[in-house]
Amino acid sequence: MTHALIETRGVSKRFVKRLDTAGRIARGLGADIDDETVHAVDQVSLSVKKGEVLGLVGESGCGKSTLGRMVAGILPPSDGEILFEGNTVGSLSARENQAATLAVQMIFQDPFASLNPRMRVEDIVGEAPQVHGLVKRQEVGDYVDDILLKVGLDPSVKRRYPHQFSGGQRQRIGIARALAVRPRFLVCDESIAALDVSIQAQVINLFMQLREDLDLTYLFISHDLSVVEHISDRIAIMYLGRIVEMAPTDALFEAPNHPYTKALLDEVPRLDQRKRDFAPIKGEIPSPLDPPSGCHFHPRCPHVGPRCSAEQPVLAEISPGRISACHRNTQEGVGRVASLAAT
Amino acid sequence: MSTPTLEVAGLQTHFFTRDGTLKAVDGVDFTLGPGEVLGLVGESGSGKSVTGFSIIGLVDPPGRIVGGSILYRGQELVGANEESLRGLRGNRIAMIFQDPMMTLNPVLRVDTQMIEAIQAHRRMSTKEARAKARDTLDMVGIPSPDERLRNYPHQLSGGMRQRVAIAIAFLNEPDLIIADEPTTALDVTIQAQIIHEAQNLCRRTGTAMIWITHDLAVVAGLADRIAVMYAGRIVEQGGTDDVIDRPLHPYTAGLLGSVPSANKRGVPLRQIPGMTPNLMKLPAGCAFRTRCAYGDGACATMPEVTQPLTDRACRCHHPLLPIPAAGAPA
Repeated sequence: MTHALIETRGVSKRFVKRLDTAGRIARGLGADIDDETVHAVDQVSLSVKKGEVLGLVGESGCGKSTLGRMVAGILPPSDGEILFEGNTVGSLSARENQAATLAVQMIFQDPFASLNPRMRVEDIVGEAPQVHGLVKRQEVGDYVDDILLKVGLDPSVKRRYPHQFSGGQRQRIGIARALAVRPRFLVCDESIAALDVSIQAQVINLFMQLREDLDLTYLFISHDLSVVEHISDRIAIMYLGRIVEMAPTDALFEAPNHPYTKALLDEVPRLDQRKRDFAPIKGEIPSPLDPPSGCHFHPRCPHVGPRCSAEQPVLAEISPGRISACHRNTQEGVGRVASLAAT
Repeated sequence: MSTPTLEVAGLQTHFFTRDGTLKAVDGVDFTLGPGEVLGLVGESGSGKSVTGFSIIGLVDPPGRIVGGSILYRGQELVGANEESLRGLRGNRIAMIFQDPMMTLNPVLRVDTQMIEAIQAHRRMSTKEARAKARDTLDMVGIPSPDERLRNYPHQLSGGMRQRVAIAIAFLNEPDLIIADEPTTALDVTIQAQIIHEAQNLCRRTGTAMIWITHDLAVVAGLADRIAVMYAGRIVEQGGTDDVIDRPLHPYTAGLLGSVPSANKRGVPLRQIPGMTPNLMKLPAGCAFRTRCAYGDGACATMPEVTQPLTDRACRCHHPLLPIPAAGAPA
């Protein structure tokens, strides 16, 4: 088996909101309050092979961006470890560690907020490679031209400031900045969500072109299943901090296993579904401050059983290369799955 | 057919800025019958929201409606006095906005806002109005409406807030609702719920609706008719199936090609080259010609709205007819 380029093992992230002074005094006096802890990401293990595109899908607040930030090395995980080419990030020598960090870059959602408005494009793109000694100072100009051409921007615009560009062009600048340090792995966090449909298509095409030209690997985070379906080889579905299903794209779209995946697929608006009766799943994503017991999805699940609220289902292989966390897949639930499949 | 709920003809809304006149809406025509759902589709800056604001009479200076007519059940709204508009707005014509956090008053409880909306238009005791507000919340699928009435907007989630906004729009049983991207800020599961409620309510109450969106896939499952806007003009209009399966205008075809779900995986999307034009510096003639694969000399003059097929309007010199007509480029 080839080495995974990036692997996370049991990675968790908790955000703790400490009590303020009044709260601490109240607790000292016997009030039943405690620090608030959000389990943004809960024991996530996944691996991305070289050259692969892994799509990470979930609703807002499910922890997909937090996971992306941990993979990109922006946030340290609270638990678990992140491996780059089989080595734990942080355990290497300083030089190797820096190489590993540079090899993973992130592209953000908002092309307006993620570029420094007071820097020229040439500085935004050229600063990092210069600082890291990838190019000499005299050669930065040519280097920046080269990268701007790669992302489809005219190098003559490099003296401009970000506000002089449209949203699609800014996103290209953000991509150029990430590419400038010659990464091998890109984390794209909702990178096209803020763009118009016609511009979205251009940026998706650019991502696919770059993947081919530069041999890149992506973690593609999005709430939009149709985009992820188009670009990904494999898809991981996340719900309230946990991965509930992971499968190759075709298999997932043909036969979703987890009820949440199924609900998501059903509710994506598609061009080929006309005048249909929308029959949505009930309820909303619960607060991660106080997640439901057992399977997080059980209050909204149409197939909920007594076991679902008591016990957390584990991610188990249901067919080669395919995992899902649902009690309906386990031995005791087999009969129910069969009966459901028959209906 | 009875009187249409809304007839818009030649609508022009311009913004007079220091840098010149911005023609946000420049010649929009459509008709909407009772209970009909029109999907108004376009990218940002195409004038779709300004069209909605023009109909409900909420265009702020420096913007002004400079031409055309808007007939609501035969009554002219362009140039109507503020008093009669106020009688219609929120009563016969209601609007749902994109961001419910911006449109609900954060310092008033939900019940206060809803009761106010009812009593502004009819004489009703507060008790009755409260009961009506409660029923409407129930109708849009809000669980335990009595409790929700006593909440402030910040206590509700995004999807709940949008439901409250929709409930307020439906409070006075209007004839027309203008929904301006009401689900863009929401998650897909919540979006599906909201569309479901809106669809149900329109069917049940016979309210006509204009659903403004940039997402063709959303209106594909919802609208009866679709109008596609580009640079202030409707470039194509027709029944939902016709427009999506057999687009006439190259821009519509380009938009459809840009939607990932309509394309095969891994194959590059058929993107539209270039970007949405600056409305201040539109090319002469057809605004789309600089991005269009069929653009030629004829496109330097503004194409008129034609009806190349029955019940299909299109503003193009080279409509993509099923059988290439004489003179159309290969």
